[in-house]
Amino acid sequence: MKTWDWSAVADFMPRFLDGLLVTLQVLVLGSLLSFTLGLIWAIGFRAPTRFIRWPVHAVTEFIRNTPLLVQLFFFFFVLPEFGVQFSALTTGTIAIGVHYSTYTAQVYRAGIEAVPPGQWEAATALSLPTGRTWTAVILPQAIRRIVPALGNYVISMLKDTPLLAGISVLEMLQQSRLESAATFQYTEPLTVVGVAFILIAYPASLLMRALERRLVR
Amino acid sequence: MSADITPPKTAGDPAAKHLPDGELIRFDRVTKRFGKNTVLDNLCFSARPGKHVTLIGPSGSGKTTILRLLMTLVTPDEGTITIDGENLYPADRRHVREVRKNIGMVFQQFNLFPNMNVLRNITEAPVRVLGLSRDEAEERGRELLDMVGLGDRCAAKPTQLSGGQQQRVAIARALAMRPRILLLDEVTSALDPELVAGVLDVLRDIAHTTDITMLCVTHEMNFARDISDDVLMFDSGKVIESGPPEKIFTDPEQERTREFLSAVL
Repeated sequence: MKTWDWSAVADFMPRFLDGLLVTLQVLVLGSLLSFTLGLIWAIGFRAPTRFIRWPVHAVTEFIRNTPLLVQLFFFFFVLPEFGVQFSALTTGTIAIGVHYSTYTAQVYRAGIEAVPPGQWEAATALSLPTGRTWTAVILPQAIRRIVPALGNYVISMLKDTPLLAGISVLEMLQQSRLESAATFQYTEPLTVVGVAFILIAYPASLLMRALERRLVR
Repeated sequence: MSADITPPKTAGDPAAKHLPDGELIRFDRVTKRFGKNTVLDNLCFSARPGKHVTLIGPSGSGKTTILRLLMTLVTPDEGTITIDGENLYPADRRHVREVRKNIGMVFQQFNLFPNMNVLRNITEAPVRVLGLSRDEAEERGRELLDMVGLGDRCAAKPTQLSGGQQQRVAIARALAMRPRILLLDEVTSALDPELVAGVLDVLRDIAHTTDITMLCVTHEMNFARDISDDVLMFDSGKVIESGPPEKIFTDPEQERTREFLSAVL
């Protein structure tokens, strides 16, 4: 039986740290994209005309109900045939951000619907312009309630970043596979990667729970 | 049916001058349905500038819907509503904002913005809609808060105030827009009994010292008697009786009005 080899861990560190940086980069940029795009979808759900509402519903339901891995492959292998080509990292970040935007859109929607109708009515009674009603009245109240839920999707997104290994993005899992391919050591690199996920995700989920207690009341 | 309203007590009211018939608010054959339920049925009524009109009647009789129509929170199915001769629901929807700026509303549930402090609640619209500078708006806001007895609570958040205090802030917020028409929708119904008087005192003060036209839905009959120039009795989406408060409250003509008043008084 194989014994644990600390030197293999040490050997993996340079690759691992590169992978960690890529994972965090995907996570940060993907989150920002999903937060922004999700908000746009959510506002689209409430558009005054169905010519906006229906397409927004159709697109978000389509994306939400197809697997992320299929979308990754589609973006990476199919779009280039139509002349749209990005690096694997950019493709992966966009795909995961767009995919998660359809989840955050539902979170925003719930947060917006939880704002009492009286708030809209008061804004109308004061003739506040629509944009100002959103930015000064509705969103500050909605977002406060949904920060924990958005945070949980960031954690979920973190755990989905290994899918990007499927299109050869050099995130943590892909780095461990390269390491294993070079050294035939599997246990140490994969363990390091697994532990790294726990070390990021568990404190983050504790933070979200604390935020939930503070914000949602 | 039309409400016959006595001549304005403020003679030479500037708003009344360019209106031959002296009407500030006019409902012309307005019908509003919610599903199969006809809430307002071919309603006609009008109010002159500076008048205080109180709408009474059983719940579900359409009183609040009148205020919500005026505030453009719901749209009429038929008929026209004009403010100072201008259609409140013009073909060009952008024009709504211009006409609506004349109207302020105070709600049963206050509807203050909980994410803003008290002063900001009041200054937000004057700055964003009327184009006042922040300093001007805050000065106006502080004056109004003094008037409603809350000059020292500028920095408080709405949730730190009692219901009565919140409602007085909401009144100040509506007045900060210098509306010509103030709509009061059961403004004391959500308050603890001991807080009602403070709010009504503020409203009496406004009624007696300004020439703002008031349209008031209330179950506070004594208050209605105090401030009203005219009382409209509603039942099933129609005005069934109207007249000065002395007449309606002491010697109503309709049996239905008599029944209603004996139930609430």
